[in-house]
Amino acid sequence: MIEFRKEYFADERDDNLNEIGKPTQRQDALGHVTGRSPYFDDHLFEGLLHIRCVRSPHDHARIRRIDTSAAERMPGVVRIVLGKDVPNNLNTLLSLLDFGIDDEPLISDKKVSYKGEPVAAVIAESERAARDAVAQVRVDWEVLPAVLDVEEAIKPGAPVVNDVYPGNRFVYHGKYDHQKLRFGDVEAAFRQADRIIEGRYQMSPIEQAPTETCGAIAAPETNDRYVVYTSTQALFFSLDTTSKLLRVPSNRLHLIGGTVGGGFGGKVDSLHEPMAVLGTMLTGRPCKYIFDRHEEMQVGAPRGAERWYLKDGVMNDGRIIARKFTGYFDSGAYTRLSSYAIIKAVGHLPGPYTIPNVYADVYCVFTNRTPATAMRGFGITGVDFAIECHMDKIAHELGMDPIELRILNAYRDGDMKAHRRLAKNTALIECCHVAAEKAGWPLSQAARQASSLRDGGGARAEIPHTVTDQHGRVEGYTAGSYAQKKRPSGPAGQARGPQSPASHPSRDSIAVPSSFDRAPQPMSRPAPSAPPASAAVAPPPPPAAQRPAEQHAPEQRRVTRFSSISGLRRR
Amino acid sequence: MALHRGRGFAAINYPIGMNLGGDPSQALVHSNPGGKFMVALSSIDLGQGMKSVTRQIAAETLGVPVEDVYVDTADSDTGPHCMGSFASRGTHRVGNAVIEAAREARAVMLEAAAEELEVDPGDLVTDGQGNIHVKGAPSRTITTAEACAAAQFRQGRTVSGRGIFLIPLSEVDPETGEQTPVSCFAHAAMIVEVEVDDETGEVAVLEMNSAYELGRALNPKLVEQQLVGGAWMGMSHAAWETTEPYYPDRDHGPIDFNSYLMPGPGDIAPHSIAVLERPAPDGPYGGKGPGEMCANPVLPAVANAVFNAVGVRIDELPITPEKVLRGIRANGGARPQGRP
Amino acid sequence: MARKPLQFQLNGRHQAVFTDDGQNLLDLLRRGVGDLTPKYGCGQGTCGTCTVLIDGEPHLSCLTLAETVDGRQITTTAGLAEGAELHPLQTAFMDNFAAQCGYCTPGMLLAAKALLDRNPSPTREEVVEAISGNICRCTGYEPIINAILDAAGRRNQRRYG
Repeated sequence: MIEFRKEYFADERDDNLNEIGKPTQRQDALGHVTGRSPYFDDHLFEGLLHIRCVRSPHDHARIRRIDTSAAERMPGVVRIVLGKDVPNNLNTLLSLLDFGIDDEPLISDKKVSYKGEPVAAVIAESERAARDAVAQVRVDWEVLPAVLDVEEAIKPGAPVVNDVYPGNRFVYHGKYDHQKLRFGDVEAAFRQADRIIEGRYQMSPIEQAPTETCGAIAAPETNDRYVVYTSTQALFFSLDTTSKLLRVPSNRLHLIGGTVGGGFGGKVDSLHEPMAVLGTMLTGRPCKYIFDRHEEMQVGAPRGAERWYLKDGVMNDGRIIARKFTGYFDSGAYTRLSSYAIIKAVGHLPGPYTIPNVYADVYCVFTNRTPATAMRGFGITGVDFAIECHMDKIAHELGMDPIELRILNAYRDGDMKAHRRLAKNTALIECCHVAAEKAGWPLSQAARQASSLRDGGGARAEIPHTVTDQHGRVEGYTAGSYAQKKRPSGPAGQARGPQSPASHPSRDSIAVPSSFDRAPQPMSRPAPSAPPASAAVAPPPPPAAQRPAEQHAPEQRRVTRFSSISGLRRR
Repeated sequence: MALHRGRGFAAINYPIGMNLGGDPSQALVHSNPGGKFMVALSSIDLGQGMKSVTRQIAAETLGVPVEDVYVDTADSDTGPHCMGSFASRGTHRVGNAVIEAAREARAVMLEAAAEELEVDPGDLVTDGQGNIHVKGAPSRTITTAEACAAAQFRQGRTVSGRGIFLIPLSEVDPETGEQTPVSCFAHAAMIVEVEVDDETGEVAVLEMNSAYELGRALNPKLVEQQLVGGAWMGMSHAAWETTEPYYPDRDHGPIDFNSYLMPGPGDIAPHSIAVLERPAPDGPYGGKGPGEMCANPVLPAVANAVFNAVGVRIDELPITPEKVLRGIRANGGARPQGRP
Repeated sequence: MARKPLQFQLNGRHQAVFTDDGQNLLDLLRRGVGDLTPKYGCGQGTCGTCTVLIDGEPHLSCLTLAETVDGRQITTTAGLAEGAELHPLQTAFMDNFAAQCGYCTPGMLLAAKALLDRNPSPTREEVVEAISGNICRCTGYEPIINAILDAAGRRNQRRYG
């Protein structure tokens, strides 16, 4: 049952368009119902070879020796591939955007950090022959202690999961072991609040479970190229990742996909295309590499687990005046995309509410489990579960209607958000009204009269005086070493002032206590982040507009193939 | 032992698109001499309807019927660069790129038509049915097919267009988290009614009532597909799915669909949806992107409904019968909270 | 490995092929015969995307030994339409927007066909039961159930109307 409530925001739309807004049949519907839509595996090749991986049975272990001699003698085996056969056997997915340090091999050759990590690949005439040969590969393991819980993993002395990040935490901006959000002063607000309400929430790991499992078929194409049929969700991520791992120029790769049997985020990781092309490079024959369902569920990257601690300062009338988050994303053994999901989550906090004091420390933690990756709502779904369960608790403790609590605190057009941009185009209140109406949930007249278009802005548009700190400072990383590239110092670096770690690239040059409650005075802060109280009265323009760093100066572009380098690391 | 009903509420907003190193997508549009158009993308259709929504966007912008357009997705030799299909970015980013490409192609088509009709291209309008008229003089007309043929066989013009849509990089401040995370937000509110069995701990979702605001609904049927299927997935996340049922313990991980649980066709609940459309100022025809946010409100709404039904807070997903039953026992029995 | 000759009817057409020892029907249909409409989803018999009809009954082709179909009639989605005319189920799936990624659709259509062939006027509960071995990750099942009920209605109209 679906209805389109055209009366809402009608004056913001022109509903008389020719094609937009029409219930046009899908272009692919006929292909779907006739079974003719061409998925990656619906391409037949004479002489197709099959790739299966030898996988770690341990959460964490060192590889002493791999004996492939028995497997090589198995019938139908064409080639066994080891880490040394991968031309450039270290990558991180977001290195294509210059974000993060290469930390994950395609085929591990020194140690494994999760159960299921590949240490060899068998290429054989049939899938069955490949499976039989996989069972004959002998690996001599030195089992290592493993850590599986995010909060255990960041304790001193925990087993090091990922050698690139010995603290088991991704490093943000070359500077901190977590991503910060600071808006106002939560501690001061907690002291003024009528109540403090706390909670702990755990988002479970979830499998994307597309009905088509992840895979790719590579084959030699004319003119010394490789054609790859793929289930990828991101064609150029897969193309560029393959190009990098195999040291093949990108124009020698011809990727074809775009008709995919569900993805939900699980088909971004680009594990299959490089393996299939590598197989084809080594054998000269078409090669298919596909997860079976067991692999898809336990080796394919899931939506990672997230743990969130919330602490709210609440007034008895229902206003939330402070909200503090501590979040732990379980990234598994390698970074993949969790580092980025945290950036997205921090930009989302504190949810769709206008709260004058917000604080978050969010950690991307490495544990000895399957690396996590994107899934529908990545970075948001988990914290929304936490926020909305917490809102329900607040309503219950105050004896207030839970919808009215949301409407009271809802963000409205013109409000300043914690990431320091003005809210616009908001519609939370109207959604609350309509859902309540549909379910026959009574609301007070005041709640029914609220609007996203009214009562925002003004004092609610101000950026509060903000307390910052250097808690979680790490050493040994610089902006320049972050992706193992030398990078030019841009205007953003200058804005950081002389205390910028970028200007102290050596490991021993900064001695900063590991935690501060308050920022020491030499700590440079970007001016828009913490304006003097008087400056905050005028509605501030979008602060970034004043920043030269966001203007994409051409000289900053030259280090990457993409549109810009990432200030996430540079600053 | 009894069945207890409860209602739970949740409201969310959702950022449309990613922002990391900039977020570009490109599109190429061209016509054949018969005035039929092809849109070439490297974007992925993984079921969400990328081919279909960009087809409508291209047709609207070109001013031709949707049947005159086909979209080809994801061939790296012919489709220009796109970041990919994730982060609810497809409709917004690719849609905008297609608009730009289609505008350029349309401009050439109108120039060709203007030359044939001996008028100024600025005086021409399309009727969306395959005709180009002189404004105010509908008898002075040429078909889009004739215009495209003339362009390619008489005038030597390519009826083609290039488009890119780029959300430029927003830096993130290490000290404060200041950033421009996205350019627009979708919204939702949901009320879920559940029934909890205090003997088995089982939770049955009985009904969902929701309101989703997702910018202009570019194709209402595609929107419905996302919202119905997405809410099902949210219900599944809430009460059924996980790869590690005793996280952080690695044991008991499912390896097939017998042990990885999801609601089947017999487990679905009636879902009554209202769609609100507040157009995004920078969206393609105001569209945002309903693909991800549709699942999000269901998870907390189910948890809150379980509390309302039996007085047990389940703060760790999924909400399994085991957890509910342990909670009920710890409380010394079910504690219904009263219907809100 | 021993190869065995095998003959069967596929969508009304005679097929004579060789099968390898232990080859499953899904692999034989896809790689041996070239009918790509049955899909691989799990290889474990738990998702239903590989469903085909053997003598009119739905079977999971990934769990069916190819050699067991000797002399039998197999129907796949490639055989649903009569020439250019779609089967009422196919039309109903389109009209009800019952496919998103489309990967489960061939298996769903065949599970539904088996139901309607033996029960032309199923209840909603009977439809649910008929497709309960087929997993769809996109649609939430509602549009699929509606499409099958819609197809049943149309077929009955055509038959008796």
